[in-house]
Amino acid sequence: MSIDVLLQQIVNGLVVGSVYALVALGYTMVYGILQLINFAHGEIVMIGGPTSVFATKWLLSMGRPSLLALLIAILVAMVVCAVVGVAIERVAYRPLRNAPRLAPLITAIGVSILLQQLAILVFGRNYFTFPELISRDPITIGVVTVTMNEIVILLASVALMAALLWLVHNTKIGTAMRATAENQKVAGLMGIDVNKIIAITFAIGSGLGAIAGVMVASNYGQAHYYMGFMLGLKAFTAAVMGGIGNLWGAMVGGLILGLVENVGLIFVRGDYKDIFAFVVLVLVLIFRPQGLIGERVAERA
Amino acid sequence: MAKLMQLKQDKRTQMVWFVALGVLILILPFLAGMLGQAWVRILNVTLLYVMLALGLNVVVGVAGLLDLGYVAFYAVGAYTWSLLASAHFNLHYPFWVLLPLGACLAALAGLMLGAPVLKLRGDYLAIVTLGFGEIVRILMNNFDKVGLPWSDETYNITNGPRGITGIDGLNLFGLDLRKGLDVSGFNVSGFNVSGLQLYYFVFLAFAILSVIGVYRLQHSRLGRAWQALREDEIAAKAMGINTRNIKLAAFGFGALTGGLAGGLFASMQGFVSPESFGLLESIMILAMVVLGGMGHIPGVILGAVLLSAMPEVIRYAADENVQQKIFGVVLIAPEVLRNLIFSLALILIMLFKPQGLWPSPEKK
Repeated sequence: MSIDVLLQQIVNGLVVGSVYALVALGYTMVYGILQLINFAHGEIVMIGGPTSVFATKWLLSMGRPSLLALLIAILVAMVVCAVVGVAIERVAYRPLRNAPRLAPLITAIGVSILLQQLAILVFGRNYFTFPELISRDPITIGVVTVTMNEIVILLASVALMAALLWLVHNTKIGTAMRATAENQKVAGLMGIDVNKIIAITFAIGSGLGAIAGVMVASNYGQAHYYMGFMLGLKAFTAAVMGGIGNLWGAMVGGLILGLVENVGLIFVRGDYKDIFAFVVLVLVLIFRPQGLIGERVAERA
Repeated sequence: MAKLMQLKQDKRTQMVWFVALGVLILILPFLAGMLGQAWVRILNVTLLYVMLALGLNVVVGVAGLLDLGYVAFYAVGAYTWSLLASAHFNLHYPFWVLLPLGACLAALAGLMLGAPVLKLRGDYLAIVTLGFGEIVRILMNNFDKVGLPWSDETYNITNGPRGITGIDGLNLFGLDLRKGLDVSGFNVSGFNVSGLQLYYFVFLAFAILSVIGVYRLQHSRLGRAWQALREDEIAAKAMGINTRNIKLAAFGFGALTGGLAGGLFASMQGFVSPESFGLLESIMILAMVVLGGMGHIPGVILGAVLLSAMPEVIRYAADENVQQKIFGVVLIAPEVLRNLIFSLALILIMLFKPQGLWPSPEKK
């Protein structure tokens, strides 16, 4: 194995990993507050893909410049996904907040199937080509080859994650979110509108997911109704690996998963790529049952 | 006195219902047979799902360990049968070797999965089991060209995504179940028992066996220990329960049932491929357990019957012809409509009955 190949795979891994991290944040934020695995999150990310494809195509046909079209399309995708995310919380999760723990899991699975079918109805079963708004031509920097698209993805993810951390740690809403995650009842007594905070959490998580969906669509040049499934699964794995409920955990977990998958490709056949991810997950959890960064949560007594 | 009479009356009506249900179950394959053999197959698959749901119920419902990769054990059982009783390796072992072997291998896989994940809490356990299920599926998909590091030769073990065809049927002491039974010799002219109908009775026997097994287990010392584990692990430990061993036992027993069902599935289907053992299948079985009522055997059976029959009935109802009649045009592709209705039903049932359709009475 040459060092060039390794470097190349590390770069590829960072790009994929940053997308995983963005999606994983959506899982981990919801989990941190509700202790709920939001199985539908992958589907929300998926909706971001086709929505942005249709939005950009429409804007381009109106003769708007491509960069403006992309930015507006991202905004549209974010709004659509945020609305869907908040609606799901309101309809499918909120009534079950005091129900047995597995009940919301089943509704989440139901919502996930529902969203997929609705996507087929609205968008169709086809693969949509995402217009090449940011160049996908390879650029060689030293020994590695990247595309402008990948560079933008990497930088945008870093900026988004930094913004999220700032939001959670330095604003009033962020403080309210952390308080709600700590203890819903007490947060309510302190004058925090818990329902509103939970809705905001879903909106932010879904918005990040939408951007991730657009990134995947623009990077691979296509979007389709099934793209959320494996992406969601991987991101969820990443969130758990990092320590679910922990923002840093989701970011680190996403990046590590992306790196492991792509560096692993040097050693094993591509067919086994997914196995590699899960084997690493199992190994991490055997030695650190709380995840890489997650704190040891006391079991309910 | 009146109360006693009432009680007697209740007992009697209960008995009548019970007998009626028993008779219905016995004649069901023949009723379905009149509609077509496809419906008998649906009944058989339903019985397999009952077994699977009962097995998963031990892990999730009774012991409270969330398992999202349960279908892996089903796959182990199915592939054990398929590899050792088909033309693939030209091996043809009889069922009394293969069914126990498949069940034991599945149980072994359950223990192998259970051992490293014992320390994990609920949702971490869920994702690891999910990963395990995916690993098993991917291995089945790729074990058609297994290479050794020191040679270029590859071996075809599972035939990859193409799956294994030409699997032997269940041969019950000389009677090949697939061929059906010709009873015209008994002067019942024109009345034949089809292969699928024979399978129905075999599966029914195994399903009843699972019900009895799970019931006995649930009310044994081990079952009570599982319930203690589910309610509060720390308290259970403090009471002197060896949580490690009983967790392993739960995984092992659940896997055993799954492996058995897998062997039966392969023997009926004659064809297996990794596609039948995806994550959605695991989720579906979990949904049966939760929807029916976790930890409550009648509820779980109800959940299994409902969720495996519902898509088929909807398929029938959502047919293009029906839409054509009502709306004049086909508005929605039947497959999409079927999944739409199914997912809506899943959500609505859970919203209105969060404890499940038929929860166990003792648990509030």
